[in-house]
Amino acid sequence: MAGFQVNNRTTGDHFLCQEGQSVLKAMEQAGKKCVPVGCRGGGCGFCKIRIVEGDFECGKMSKAHVPPEAIDKGEVLACRIYPLTDLTIECVPLPEAAFEKQKTTKV
Amino acid sequence: MKKGVMRPGHVQIRVLDLEEAVKHYTDLMGLIETDRDDQGRVYLKAWTEVDKFSVVLRETDEPGCDFMGFKVVDEAALNQLEKDLVDYGVEVEQVPAEELKDCGRRVRFTVPSGHAFELYADKKYTGKWGVSAVNPEAWPRGLQGMKAVRFDHALFYGPELAAVYDIFVNVLGFHLAEQVLDPEGTRVAQFLTVSMKEHDVAFIHHEEKGKFHHASFFLDTWEAVLRAADLISMTDTSIDIGPTRHGLTHGQTIYFFDPSGNRNEVFCGGDYHYPDHKPVTWKAEDLGKAIFYHDRVLNERFLTVLT
Ligand code: FES
Ligand SMILES: [Fe+2]
Repeated sequence: MAGFQVNNRTTGDHFLCQEGQSVLKAMEQAGKKCVPVGCRGGGCGFCKIRIVEGDFECGKMSKAHVPPEAIDKGEVLACRIYPLTDLTIECVPLPEAAFEKQKTTKV
Repeated sequence: MKKGVMRPGHVQIRVLDLEEAVKHYTDLMGLIETDRDDQGRVYLKAWTEVDKFSVVLRETDEPGCDFMGFKVVDEAALNQLEKDLVDYGVEVEQVPAEELKDCGRRVRFTVPSGHAFELYADKKYTGKWGVSAVNPEAWPRGLQGMKAVRFDHALFYGPELAAVYDIFVNVLGFHLAEQVLDPEGTRVAQFLTVSMKEHDVAFIHHEEKGKFHHASFFLDTWEAVLRAADLISMTDTSIDIGPTRHGLTHGQTIYFFDPSGNRNEVFCGGDYHYPDHKPVTWKAEDLGKAIFYHDRVLNERFLTVLT
């Protein structure tokens, strides 16, 4: 079957991603929950992952969440990543500040 | 409206890809493109709105909301409100007429939650789209998608709600229609109105400044909200939650995202508010029901996914 294998080495999940399909969409379709799903549009930064291995194409992503130096480190948004080969990804822990934010958001 | 602020007038939304966004707001939501400017911004309106535009899209590399504008009754009210803001210690910025095409001068200020707002008195009156001002038909033919009726309100996330309340209520003449109080009695959500609507703008407490939760558009009926849900599926648009009902305001609603991840809402119904109404209070402990009246549980995404 066509498509690329995506392995999340943090959680051990793997799923198939069709050509031209975003990693996040493929994960949702496979019924996996190993990357947080937010806006699915590259705007909210919720679905951030690190690409450990493999080639991919990037769609437009918010610079607030993916500054140019992050792309160099493979830190990208799963909803805007289109694999060109099999990929190994890992979860990016929410930055401390974001975590603090979540805890203190009262509602 | 006691200080002359009349209604929400416009919202400028930042998008990653202009043409994708225009397609979303026109083909799917049913707004009408009315103009473009030399900065590349696109101007849109909903069909029942009488002025030239209510939504402005600006392409950039960080989605979110640039500002929301309120229309005031006349230039005298604008002058007075400007003076009142300055006297209150709010820094105001002058945006000259025509910075937005066919819009008069705007008075811009940023509230302590980190959000920019504007007041203006003039914008080109183009009348409702597709219907005559004399013997108008019930609705125009040729509307697309959800056939959004009007830009209705926006919800912002940020800190310092009490200071924001002071500006909107004491200086701009808004009323508090609904609120959420935590067990210590701190207001963690405030729904503010200058009209009979349950909210014209709303704020929810969040540590990070200046975040945009959603821009909301009115639909006539629950049937239209269900039809919007069908269209969201047909177009494989990113959905957040719904169709459902809110506890807060009791509106019937559905949330989804534009192609840049900005949240949109279309809704119908909801309560009304007169100036003699006391605020409706929801307890933060019951926030699940306050926000999603049917599920009675929050989805994490609603509270944390912002642009
Ligand atoms: S889900 Fe919002 S940026 Fe990917
Ligand atoms: Fe809303």
